[in-house]
Amino acid sequence: MGGTRKDYSLEELEKMANDIRVDIIKMLEHAGSGHSAGPLGLADIFAALYFHVLKHDPKKPDWNERDILILSNGHCVPVRYAAMAEAGYFPHAELITLRKLGSRLQGHPERKRLPGLETTSGPLGSGLSQAVGMALALKMDKADHRWVYVVTSDGEHDSGNTWEGVMLAAKYKLSNLIAILDRNNIQIDGPTETVMPLESLKAKYEAFGWHVIETDGNNIEAFIDACDMAKAITERPVMIIANTVPGKGVDFMEYDFRWHGVPPGKQDIPGDPPKEEQVKKALAELRTLGGRIRSEHQ
Amino acid sequence: MIEMHLATGKLAEEPIRKGFGRGLLAAGKKLPNVVGVCADLTESTQMYMFADAFPERFIEVGVAEQNLVTVGTGLAALGKIPFVSSYAAFSPGRNWEQIRTTICLNDRPVKIVGSHAGISVGPDGATHQMLEDLALMRALPNMVVIAPADSIEAEKATLAMAQDKRPNYMRVAREATPVFTTAKTPFKIGSAYIFREGSDISLIATGTMTYQAVEAAKLLATHGVKAEVVHVPTLKPLDSQTIINSVAKTKHAITIEEAQINGGLGSAVAEVLGENLPSPMVRMGMRDHFGESGEPEELLEHFGLTAIHIARAAQTMLADHTGHKH
Repeated sequence: MGGTRKDYSLEELEKMANDIRVDIIKMLEHAGSGHSAGPLGLADIFAALYFHVLKHDPKKPDWNERDILILSNGHCVPVRYAAMAEAGYFPHAELITLRKLGSRLQGHPERKRLPGLETTSGPLGSGLSQAVGMALALKMDKADHRWVYVVTSDGEHDSGNTWEGVMLAAKYKLSNLIAILDRNNIQIDGPTETVMPLESLKAKYEAFGWHVIETDGNNIEAFIDACDMAKAITERPVMIIANTVPGKGVDFMEYDFRWHGVPPGKQDIPGDPPKEEQVKKALAELRTLGGRIRSEHQ
Repeated sequence: MIEMHLATGKLAEEPIRKGFGRGLLAAGKKLPNVVGVCADLTESTQMYMFADAFPERFIEVGVAEQNLVTVGTGLAALGKIPFVSSYAAFSPGRNWEQIRTTICLNDRPVKIVGSHAGISVGPDGATHQMLEDLALMRALPNMVVIAPADSIEAEKATLAMAQDKRPNYMRVAREATPVFTTAKTPFKIGSAYIFREGSDISLIATGTMTYQAVEAAKLLATHGVKAEVVHVPTLKPLDSQTIINSVAKTKHAITIEEAQINGGLGSAVAEVLGENLPSPMVRMGMRDHFGESGEPEELLEHFGLTAIHIARAAQTMLADHTGHKH
């Protein structure tokens, strides 16, 4: 029997999410390039996945009983690297090699370089279809106890490839497939509803034959509940629309599409702290997250 | 006996894709992990044989070629050997990026089979006559590129693909063409074969054009020219040594393919000879233009891709380069 400890308290999971955010800021600072908003917004989901939801074993990345996690929006991979390091897939010190020559931590995830990534992704819109292929393979093998999770972005729902996968999953009633939509409402060129209106995503997925659960993607308890509910659905694939705050945890990044593809410390953004202070300010906020919240209520 | 491994007497005709259909069925019987994925062309691609025999291992994705290959990637990730097939114009024509990222960079052994490749597709016209597939697939790291010469070789190639651990692309043709190899003709991924020995000129061909090259060599023989026919069923990895050895002997090379010469076999051979053995060379194939509607034989004639055209090109080349008049 493999697998990892799953009995973390909610407080411990929240602390892990915060540690992951701190690591994301540090990684991006060292890299000098990369995406800030998406990974920060996904930290709670990845803490929940790696430390509660997924059946996996960092010591045996190819364990043939593991659940599969696909990160379709590969540009958010810093959050996955941070969660994997925290889980013990590789040494924590390796995180700051992100995007450097010779690193296993490529700018966008490459399966061949780092065990545990499941696939290579970055060009948007292809992850859901790969997850569909995996779910089909598990069904053929009657491996009913294994689940395929795929994290997708809202922006990649502009892509036809995504909807091709959505249709196929419904056709084959892939109840072993749980998709998680990181609904943070931003993409590089601006708000998603300005770039290419997506709503109503819930109605669209339901019309396509999926079961849809909406939840707060920055509330670990709510997200875990959503995953538990998703597993109870038979005959249909499940989409968890996880509403997240892009840049979550760093005040000056939250909700701001200008932080989609920019690392802290690299450039001045009007209205935000000067570049020299961005990293310091972000880390200070994350380290005193509890204090900040308390002070807001004082 | 200067021809080797080839059938004699009156030849049967059969579409190359038929060999793929049979090969896939055979691979399915042999290997339980083989699965088929098709994009609304089960009959045309000949996957129906496999689909009928193994319905639980066959997936129909509809008219969705990006999905076709990415679903294939997912299947391969969990140990399946997916054969994904459509018309070559659509796969790899439409889904190149997905092939690049999720199959080649990701290094998953997905088996892509593009049917209806080449000008001999005929009346459907330029939209459906895939001519750029060899260039598209040859440019990708990790990808193996195969173009069998007839249905028997396609069957062998399909079985070999099922047991190959790399991403593979195979192009097959629509129209019935002569079955001129036999069960005993050797086939190994990565090998080129001398189908006829000669010392004056090397006719280096792939896919449907190898038969035309053999016929051209026979015509040339009646004019006293000894042409060597090099069959190149695998364009990548290319069997450079067999090509170099042949051209070292003959000093003249003509490549023939039913594809764009830019990036196809013509380019591949030019690269090898340019780096190793610069030699007079002529590339026959589609010269940076599209096809059009017409009967297959008419089109091959129109674009100069028949035995007589090859023989004439060889005579012209020898006359130009050696001063010989034939």
